[in-house]
Amino acid sequence: MEKFIKHVGSGVPLRRSNVDTDQIIPAVYLKRVTRSGFEDGLFSAWRNDPDFVLNQEAYKKGTILVAGPEFGTGSSREHAVWALQNYGFKVVISSRFADIFRGNSLKSGLLTVVLPQESVEALWIAIEADPSLEITVDLDSRTVTYSDVTVAFELDDYTRWRLMEGLDDIGLTLKQTDFIDAFEAKRPAYKPKTLPIRI
Amino acid sequence: MGKTLAQKIWEDHVVRSAEGEPDLLYIDLQLIHEVTSAQAFDGLRLAGRKVRRPDLTIATEDHNTPTIDILKPIADPISKLQIDTLRNNAKEFGIRIHSLGDADQGVVHVVGPQLGITQPGMTIVCGDSHTSTHGAFGAIAFGIGTSEVEHVLATQTLPSKRPKTMAINIEGTLKTGVTAKDIILAIIAKIGTGGGQGYIIEYRGSAIRALSMEGRMTICNMSIEAGARAGLIAPDQTTFDYIKGKPHAPEDWDAALTYWKSLYTDADAKFDLEIDLNADELEPFVTWGTNPGQGLPLSGAVPNPADISDSEERGAAERALQYMGLEAGTPLKKIAIDTVFLGSCTNGRIEDLRAAADILKGKKIAPKLRMLVVPGSERVRQQAMKEGLDKVFLDAGAEWRNAGCSMCLGMNPDQLSVGERSASTSNRNFEGRQGKGGRTHLVSPLVAAATAIRGTLSSPADL
Repeated sequence: MEKFIKHVGSGVPLRRSNVDTDQIIPAVYLKRVTRSGFEDGLFSAWRNDPDFVLNQEAYKKGTILVAGPEFGTGSSREHAVWALQNYGFKVVISSRFADIFRGNSLKSGLLTVVLPQESVEALWIAIEADPSLEITVDLDSRTVTYSDVTVAFELDDYTRWRLMEGLDDIGLTLKQTDFIDAFEAKRPAYKPKTLPIRI
Repeated sequence: MGKTLAQKIWEDHVVRSAEGEPDLLYIDLQLIHEVTSAQAFDGLRLAGRKVRRPDLTIATEDHNTPTIDILKPIADPISKLQIDTLRNNAKEFGIRIHSLGDADQGVVHVVGPQLGITQPGMTIVCGDSHTSTHGAFGAIAFGIGTSEVEHVLATQTLPSKRPKTMAINIEGTLKTGVTAKDIILAIIAKIGTGGGQGYIIEYRGSAIRALSMEGRMTICNMSIEAGARAGLIAPDQTTFDYIKGKPHAPEDWDAALTYWKSLYTDADAKFDLEIDLNADELEPFVTWGTNPGQGLPLSGAVPNPADISDSEERGAAERALQYMGLEAGTPLKKIAIDTVFLGSCTNGRIEDLRAAADILKGKKIAPKLRMLVVPGSERVRQQAMKEGLDKVFLDAGAEWRNAGCSMCLGMNPDQLSVGERSASTSNRNFEGRQGKGGRTHLVSPLVAAATAIRGTLSSPADL
């Protein structure tokens, strides 16, 4: 995974709440067996609307999506994260994210930043006033900065460290194999197994 | 102080715990399907890693599969590739798979319980948010993304932050015609799509105890629609009776039962949050909007956004009415339906089919309306045919299909067209969920059947 320390870019204001994963990428786009190419399905139902924010010239270069509350509700499809990344987003800001989407984003290196709704609204206004507004998302200091505004955000130390080091989660766990072996040795025998098959 | 059920199960699965790090949680079972696994297996191959416990892993095909002509080659080449990829991965990594045509193929969350491999006190994951279904057995079961699927395949563990605990107490007795689906739709309308965020919800109370295992699965299934990490119901005699005799029921039944009987929330345990609901007051419930929290009793009318004080919610309601093509004030029972979908991991089990067939027996569905009946699994389909339910549906004018996720998510050809309106026993009424431009009203199997007959949203009492 690519390290994430700091990202500087412009924002895209998505003034909608409850943007579910079916809006981010509908199921018909989930048939690929790769992790790339999902940008074609991103917000596909809205892309036909010329007024939709991603269709506006001013926001074409945006890399920081600023969305309404309850972003990413619904299905567990990590394709929603990949679609945002494949399109070019590095950061999503919202006042509330659905748990599974949040987990997926932080595993895949898409930084999801939780800010209070007032800060999200202020950021929407600032971006709409100047779409080229430079926004800095600094994971080291855990802040979002634009113009003369700096807002702090929370992210647990462990996840922050993992993202800043670009570490492979599986590699980290495999270092704990002794613990897993010890746990398995004590696991009760009545726990079900899928093999051998019983009919 | 005592412990909640969720705390007990969680603590029984902590492999390693360290200050400032998420717990490393052991996973007792991973369910696999075609849509969220291909990239995970690719990751294993790239890193030269193996599946640690193929014997705690099981795969089936459900999301993307056709529900007609299932033994012919799949027409859509991209869909076919995805299915073939799962079959090849299962073979390469030694994983049990139930493919189309197999007696145990079906929606992954229907297959696990019917095989008896979903049991109390387990941790269960799947690359699908409705994994919460298995919580009905007193298991911590939750949906994960593909990166985590890969993590569990490689290590049989998952680093996880311990969720908070919420109790939803539902006391009282359901009126005739009110079902588990109505309970959960009412809960989501009450706490909202984010109300359960960060929590494992334990459903408690006399109305829950009175439910069958299938009803309990319907409730836990939609926990995710309230934003919860998982839903949970303490196991009891109903649970034990359901598992007894299933293919993978424990051989050492007594040892398992002793453990299962310890799985309850202690009397002096404290939840982070408690919510009460009176079952006596519940009515058949339907959604009018584009998220599962936008629901009302069927006797109500489409709400007027102007009456909603919260500006975010008001905006969402305005957009929802526009998308749904509904006028504020319209009685919900006046809404005309084009398609009825009976199926899914929420309501595609045998009891759901029986309940709907009971209403439809000897009747015809409304002219021009189409009704799709999609059993949750091949076993459910076989059972239904043994009971003659297929004939009831066919005689009424409905289509009788093969098992799969089907129109719940419209990934296979079973989709709504633009502007088409459904009454659906599934779990999500998101914009375009059942097909681009399609409009979904979530309902119980009873409301689905009554609606099919009358052509407008209806309950059996309206017949």
